[in-house]
Amino acid sequence: MSHNDSHNGKPITILIADDDVDDRMLARDALAECRLANDIRFVADGEELMDYLHQRNNYAEPGSAPAPGLVLLDLKMPRKDGREALKEIKADPRLRRIPVVVLTTSKAEEDIYRTYDLGVNSFVTKPVTFEQLVQSMKTLTKYWIEIVELPAERGN
Amino acid sequence: MRSVQILLADDDPDDRMLLADALAENGSAVQLDTVEDGEQLFDYLRRRGPFKKLAGAAPPTLILLDLNMPRKDGREALRELKADPALRRIPVVVLTTSRAEDDIRHTYDLGGNSFIIKPSSFGDLVEILKTLSAYWFETVKLPEEAVAK
Repeated sequence: MSHNDSHNGKPITILIADDDVDDRMLARDALAECRLANDIRFVADGEELMDYLHQRNNYAEPGSAPAPGLVLLDLKMPRKDGREALKEIKADPRLRRIPVVVLTTSKAEEDIYRTYDLGVNSFVTKPVTFEQLVQSMKTLTKYWIEIVELPAERGN
Repeated sequence: MRSVQILLADDDPDDRMLLADALAENGSAVQLDTVEDGEQLFDYLRRRGPFKKLAGAAPPTLILLDLNMPRKDGREALRELKADPALRRIPVVVLTTSRAEDDIRHTYDLGGNSFIIKPSSFGDLVEILKTLSAYWFETVKLPEEAVAK
């Protein structure tokens, strides 16, 4: 009997929104170090993120955008930045229950306040070294995947 | 980093004691304050009634919220917390025996920061609090001052 048997072992989709190619690769490598069996998907900006979540435009094809159990969101992105995307997600009754963790290089108090005000589930500053990133990802995934109950994914 | 303080809202005295013991088991330096229901939670946060002496003190770093409590339950308290501009930044983690999908969905819909099921064993509770502390107090950036000026 485990406390987390309701979704334990059931892989979730982690959706990462980040415009920086290197950062996306680093995040993928750091998550690989965590030996997760989860499905990792990437989008490059807020517009693409909203297309993915609404399963429209490039993501209209059935099965091309599995509902994410967790979104990792960069703040500084072109077209639609992370703040705008967060505001839209948390104001949308169909999307707001998806846990969103901001993962950004910003340490600005203003960014931290504002994202919590907008309803972010938590705010994590991207560490400088790869080793620290692996450590952060390990703690983050252990918390969200092993300890926390995530809302049931919406039907596709 | 400022000192870390957890506010636990739980009506069950045994559960409150278990949580304090589990934190101590982790050698945690976290300060734990407890309230017994949603009404007391708001008296604490708004420094009213028996909590007047806390006026001017920093707000809690994190709230652990039980769902089933008398007077004002966790669902109502969460709705009120997340609708209050002065309190909504404080992260709220629901910690409950409920496993109902409705409660999980509803918690996230209301802006709860996470939902955790209370484990049945003390050992599991120690493990959960270890991971929760590593995440919220060592990995996450918290709003330095959660209450709006």
